[in-house]
Amino acid sequence: MTNEPGRRRKKASALALALLRFVFIAAVTFLGLIAVTFFIGRVMPIDPVLAIVGDRAPASVVAAARQQYGFDLPVWQQFLLYVQKAVQGDFGTSVLSTYPVMQDIRRVFPATLELATVGTLIGLLFGIPLGVLAAVKRGSFLDQAVRVIGLIGYSMPIFWLGLLGLLVFYARLGWVEGPGRIGIAYEYTFTPVTGLYLLDAIIQRDWSVFRDVFSHIILPASLLGYISMAYISRMTRSFMLNELAQEYVVAARAKGLSEARIIWGHALRNAAVPLVTVIALSYATLLEGSVLTETVFSWPGIGLYLTNSLQNADMNAVLGATIVIGAVFIALNLLSDLLYQLLDPRTRS
Amino acid sequence: MSGNLLEVDNLKVRFPTRTGVIEAVRGVSFSLGRERLGIVGESGSGKSQTGRAIMGLTDPRAEVTADRLEFDGIDLLSLPARERRALRGKRVAMILQDPKYSLDPVISIGRQIVETLRTHEKVSKAEARERALDMLAAVQIRDPKRVFDLYPHEVSGGMGQRAMIAMMLIAGPELLIADEPTSALDVTVQLDVLAILDRLVAERGMGLVFISHDLRLVSSFCDRVVVMYAGRVVEQLPASELANAQHPYTQGLLDCMPKIGADRHPLPVLARKAEWAA
Amino acid sequence: MSAPDISEMGWREWLLSERPQSRSQARLGRAYMTWRRFTANQLAVIGLFIILALVFVAIFAGLLAPYSPVVGDLRGARLLPPDWAHWMGTDDQGRDILSRVIYGSRLTLYVIVLVALIAAPIGLIVGTVAGYAGGWTDAILMRITDIFLAFPKLILALAFVAALGPGIENAIIAIAITSWPPYARIARAETLMVRNSDYIKAVEIMGASPGRIIMRHIMPMCISSLIVRVTLDMAGIIIIAAGLGFLGLGAQPPLPEWGAMIASGRRFILDQWWVAAMPGMAILVVSLGFNLLGDGLRDALDPRSSGQ
Repeated sequence: MTNEPGRRRKKASALALALLRFVFIAAVTFLGLIAVTFFIGRVMPIDPVLAIVGDRAPASVVAAARQQYGFDLPVWQQFLLYVQKAVQGDFGTSVLSTYPVMQDIRRVFPATLELATVGTLIGLLFGIPLGVLAAVKRGSFLDQAVRVIGLIGYSMPIFWLGLLGLLVFYARLGWVEGPGRIGIAYEYTFTPVTGLYLLDAIIQRDWSVFRDVFSHIILPASLLGYISMAYISRMTRSFMLNELAQEYVVAARAKGLSEARIIWGHALRNAAVPLVTVIALSYATLLEGSVLTETVFSWPGIGLYLTNSLQNADMNAVLGATIVIGAVFIALNLLSDLLYQLLDPRTRS
Repeated sequence: MSGNLLEVDNLKVRFPTRTGVIEAVRGVSFSLGRERLGIVGESGSGKSQTGRAIMGLTDPRAEVTADRLEFDGIDLLSLPARERRALRGKRVAMILQDPKYSLDPVISIGRQIVETLRTHEKVSKAEARERALDMLAAVQIRDPKRVFDLYPHEVSGGMGQRAMIAMMLIAGPELLIADEPTSALDVTVQLDVLAILDRLVAERGMGLVFISHDLRLVSSFCDRVVVMYAGRVVEQLPASELANAQHPYTQGLLDCMPKIGADRHPLPVLARKAEWAA
Repeated sequence: MSAPDISEMGWREWLLSERPQSRSQARLGRAYMTWRRFTANQLAVIGLFIILALVFVAIFAGLLAPYSPVVGDLRGARLLPPDWAHWMGTDDQGRDILSRVIYGSRLTLYVIVLVALIAAPIGLIVGTVAGYAGGWTDAILMRITDIFLAFPKLILALAFVAALGPGIENAIIAIAITSWPPYARIARAETLMVRNSDYIKAVEIMGASPGRIIMRHIMPMCISSLIVRVTLDMAGIIIIAAGLGFLGLGAQPPLPEWGAMIASGRRFILDQWWVAAMPGMAILVVSLGFNLLGDGLRDALDPRSSGQ
């Protein structure tokens, strides 16, 4: 029974320390990401100067460009310059689109965000209940089934699943729309606001667009959702097994609570704390997985942008997209750590 | 029908495992009125499993049988699961060993107490809160309003165990099973918690099954003592006559306690003989 | 009739003895118990069977494949559906897909073995050195490990291959560069467990150099948990390699790499689905095999998780 203000101050300073540590780790990791992409840019066989001025340019032009872009400086100065630009979001100009890379990325990123979000929601919707049931009925047929479904999800090459999905649900059954985000009929009449088409359609109360967009997103999002479900259900199961073995579950039974209340109200509530971490990680994985999914579904997001740039040796775009995806991935990773500390009342003090 | 609160006759608890059946409780019999019964034994003697079998909290993989297992004339073993659950918390309650683990860490203490009450009685939220605050006061928590909103990790062990008692007694049970309620607490607060338990049991006229490994504690706290060894009752006697215990195992347990001024050389070793378990 | 039974019983009893007479008996007994736990898990046994089949097919690809994997019958056998002559059909160049899938198992095996051979030792060295040295060395090495751990593996591998140029060797290097961090963490954790034990102290007193202690006395302790983790990662490696192949950054045509085969079958997916479907099935089965095996191994080696 310590005095209140003292305790509160201690709590606040602990939180500040955790935040400070978070910012430091995030900064170091982000710097590491930039260093790795810088290194990749260095070992690349394509001469970046020639890529800018063209390989027929006279020697004087090449030399001038070399100086202008700082390629005549020592490597460490070039790195500092690179870091400075990357932090400002300046990744140079895309050879392919002729726009600044950051502008391109801003344009395509909402598409990826929307796909990954809907995918994660689907994964949560199925993954958590299945994981809980598997843990409650441990060793049963259902448990085994969830385990096998999960392992198949882990083993699935998503691009292949996407192709088969298109074949079956689009070409053969005609249940969903094919590649792309939106039908040609709406493509030029629909003006997005946020770039998240589902949300935009709702805002504009344009239900025929909503139906069309939904019909486009549901297949790729379901496939991503399956991968996410495999991971979430497995982790939910293992967290729930851990929680159901705790003494507070015995106490809850001794209180006369129903099994449903014990499972969903007590055990899952406790499991939710580590689960948030898992969900953030799963979201990050889906963002990464979007590279292959978007290629298959011609989904105009950052993944498709990256692979298109790769195939056209548009190195500025490749490195820019890599840094952006990497930064979001790192942020989610670290955020999951922070969330864990914020959510658990035990670590809050 | 006897007027006893609890009748246990030839209770057995078996755990099937891959290597064979393990019998944790092997034919335990005793009866209990509105009195305090202590069950004593070393770890693994089956005393906790006896308590859990009465509560109906045995692991579902285990098999529980008895010639008779009755609470207030109700046959517990043939009772449908639903009705048995309605008994738990309402008429029969249980206090576990360590509040650090037996209170849900992510729900505030007050809400856990309210939850017991609202499971068994139709009361409004405001009324439930009032009664929970009263109950916290009854277990001698000085500032109930503050403790109500605290999380279990924010209170000391002694405070946590008082909250546990409040949570289990708020619906007014007639029988309380206390499974090592003070073993995880500091010695200084053990007596406080025992005193609270003592007063509440007396005031409310509850029956108490007090499970412990501490024979001295049990003998000072209970009316009668059941001594268990290897899943069986080896001796049953009034607490006041413990000094005259007949069974060598009971005598051995008594000898384990240090006495002030007594010679401790050589240190006594608890004797265990196979024939006691037979 | 009963003589062999008795000797077999004798073996089992010897292995399961509660009081082993020698160290090797104890070790064998423990291995036997692990094996029994492992084989009790039917899914894991299926996984093991799939992996063994993969190795068998890869070794005897020359005997098993009915046709050439690279030269097809352009005139008479283009895009044929599966039938008795071509169990998995043929592709756009008239090549038998079954034969290509069979030869593709060699590439898959090649990728995972090389990635394991590159990534595991890097992780082992980083982890043991960090764990044994402690202090600043530990802090810096682990920070670098964490940085790599926080990276998206596929994206990083993509960027590496983009820089190095497409090709199966570069894909292997790129995947290896992105997959060592978990091994370093495991090796470090194991090192921390043994570094303060008496036997390490004993060799230190005898004057062994840090390098020798790490190589001879610490690394062997890390191997078994590392092997389990590598097995668990195999499926992920196969999928990333196939993904690189699918994007045209891995093995180049006419190599029968499964991911690249799916990419080339993509054009025909609507009418000749088998061209893309068959190699994808192979990827799924093999990576499922590794996942089942890894899952079973983890359960068998960790008695806590196996339950009753």
